[in-house]
Amino acid sequence: MGKLVQVKNVFKSFGDVHAVNGVSLDIQEGQFYSLLGPSGCGKTTLLRLIAGFEKPTSGQVFIDNTSMDGIEPNLRPTNMVFQNYAIFPHLNVEENVAYGLRNKREKRSDQNKLVDEALELVGLSGLNKRSANALSGGQKQRVALARALILKPKVLLLDEPLSALDKKLREQMQSELRHLQRAVGITFILVTHDQYEALTMSDRVAVMFDGKVAQEASPRDLYELPNSQKVASFIGEMTFIKGEIVSENKNLQVQSEIFGKINIEKSRVFGQSSKKMVLGIRPEKIAIVPKTSRSKDLISGKIIDVSYFGETTNYKVSCGTTETLTISSQNSVGQLSYSVGEEIQLKADMNNIIAFSI
Amino acid sequence: MNRSNKYLKTFAITYLIFLYAPALLLPIFSFNSSQIIAFPLSGFTTGWFKALLYQETLHEALRNSLIVAASSSIFATILGILASRAASRYYFPGKQFSLTFILAPLVLPEIIVGVSLLIVLIQLGLPLNLWSVVLGHTLLIMPFSILIMNSAFNNLDISLEEASLDLGETPLGTFRRIILPLVYPGIMASLLLGFTLSLDEFIIAFFLTGTETTLPVYIWSLFRFPKQLPATMALGTILIFVSLILLSLGEYFRRRAAKTQTSVL
Repeated sequence: MGKLVQVKNVFKSFGDVHAVNGVSLDIQEGQFYSLLGPSGCGKTTLLRLIAGFEKPTSGQVFIDNTSMDGIEPNLRPTNMVFQNYAIFPHLNVEENVAYGLRNKREKRSDQNKLVDEALELVGLSGLNKRSANALSGGQKQRVALARALILKPKVLLLDEPLSALDKKLREQMQSELRHLQRAVGITFILVTHDQYEALTMSDRVAVMFDGKVAQEASPRDLYELPNSQKVASFIGEMTFIKGEIVSENKNLQVQSEIFGKINIEKSRVFGQSSKKMVLGIRPEKIAIVPKTSRSKDLISGKIIDVSYFGETTNYKVSCGTTETLTISSQNSVGQLSYSVGEEIQLKADMNNIIAFSI
Repeated sequence: MNRSNKYLKTFAITYLIFLYAPALLLPIFSFNSSQIIAFPLSGFTTGWFKALLYQETLHEALRNSLIVAASSSIFATILGILASRAASRYYFPGKQFSLTFILAPLVLPEIIVGVSLLIVLIQLGLPLNLWSVVLGHTLLIMPFSILIMNSAFNNLDISLEEASLDLGETPLGTFRRIILPLVYPGIMASLLLGFTLSLDEFIIAFFLTGTETTLPVYIWSLFRFPKQLPATMALGTILIFVSLILLSLGEYFRRRAAKTQTSVL
C-alpha cells in the first residue's frame, strides 16, 4: 500500500474567492477517505480538482506518482459519482452502465458480461432495459456507481452521493458503500457535510474549513482528539469551559471553576499554551451519579434544560457558575430520567478533557 | 367573475374569427368554379389545383423557395446552436449585451432589414440571387433559432457532460453521444419553424431576389392577372396546410424538448 493520490500545496481561486487555499493530502491506496466540511469549505472543488474538472491555480495533483497537470478528465484514472447522479436520461440502465466501455474496445459479448457483473455488484440485476427516467433515487445512485466501477478506476470520487436520499435509505447505502469499497478494493474519496457519515464510513477523514484542511485523522482520533474548538464543535458536540494554567511540566495543570484543578496530558493540549486555556469535554464523558455517592471529584449542579432524543437524553446543567455543562445520557436499562430543576451530582471523566489555546 | 369570463370568451372568439376567417376564404374559393372571387359560390371544382400542375414558373418558384427555406433554416439553426452553447457554458465580457443585440432582427421592421441588406450587397458588388435571399432569411430566422436553442441548452444539466468526460469520452464524443441527442428536439423545432418562416417570407425576398423568384414573390406577381386568381387561391390553400403541419410538428418537438429535460432532474 502506497500513496495513491497526492495533493501538493494546491490553491484554487474563482476570481476573488479562494475555494481551495493551500491543501496538501496523501491518500493511501485502498482507503476509504472522506473530505468533510460545511458547505462552501472547498471540499467539492478539491474533489473536482482531482477529477480534472477544475485546474489548480497553483500546486499539483499526483495519482499513482504521475502528475495530473494538463491531463483531461477523460484520460484520468478516476471516475466520479455525481451529487445528482447525472444518469443519461436518453439511455436505459444497461446503456448507462456500458457508456464508458465504448472507448475501451471491449468485445460486445465481454461488454454484456461486464455490465451484468456491475449490475449484480450494486444489486440491480435484471434491470438492464429499465429506462433511466423510471428509476428511483436509490436506483439512480446504484446505476451511477455501476457505471463508474465497471471501468475499474484507481480512484472512485463520490460527491455527496447520499445527500438526496431519505434517512433510512441513506443509512442503508452507507453500509452498502462501505462493503462495496472493501469488496472491490478501490480507493474511495467521499465528499460529505455529514459528520456521522464521514465517521462511520471512512478509514481517514480530512476536515476542511475555508479552503484549508483543519485536521486529518482517523475517525476515532478526530472525535476523541480534535485539534481545535472548531473541529470539536463541527464533529459532534463539546462543552467548552474557561481555564487558567497553574503549572506546566510533564502535564499541564489547569484551574477551572467547574472542574477545579486538573492535570491534562501534553498530548491532549492543542495550540500554543498560554495563561488562559479552553477546556473541552464531550457530553457523554460526563455521567449523572446517584446523590448518595461520595467522592472528592463529584460536581453538583442543577438541571436547567432537558432534550429528549429517544435513545439519549441531553441535559443542560448549571453548576453554580456562569458556565453550563451539557451531558448526554444513554436511555438504557435502569437509567433514571431527570427533570428541569432537579439537583444532581455529576462525575466527569477528567482523562477525556482536552485543552485548547484561545 | 362570470361576467368578466363571458366578456373574455366573446373577445377570444371574435379575435379568432378575425384572425382565421380571411384564411378560410382561401380554401372556399379555391374549390369554386367561377373565375370571379365573390359570393354566391357557383359550383365545385378541383380544376384550379390541376392547373397548378402545368405552371412551369410556379414549379421554378417552388423549387427556389424550398432551396432557400432549407438552406436558411439549416444555417440559422447551426448559428443558433453555436450562440446558445456559448451563452449557456462560457463567460465572456459583453455577453449580455451581445445576447440582447443578436435578437434585434426580431423587432426590426423587415422592410428596413431588406433595404439595408440590398444596399450592402450592391455596395459590395455581390450579385442578387437565391443566396442573397438565403442570407436575408438566415438573418431573419436566427433570433428564433437562438431563442429555441437557448432553452434547450439551458435545460441541459452540465453534470451530464462532465459525467461523459469522466467516463472516458472525448469532448467531441460527448457532443455526439450526450449533447446532440438531448437537444435534438430543440434542433428539429428550430429547423421546422425556420423553414416555415422562410417559406412564407415576402418582403426580404422581394428586395433581395434577382431573376429567380421565391414562391411568395411569384404569388404577388400573379395578382396582375385576374384570371390566375383562383389558381393562386388554390396554391395559397396548399401553403396554409403545409405551414400548419410544419408548425404543429415544430411545436411537438419543442414540447418534447421541454419534457425530456424536465425529467432529467
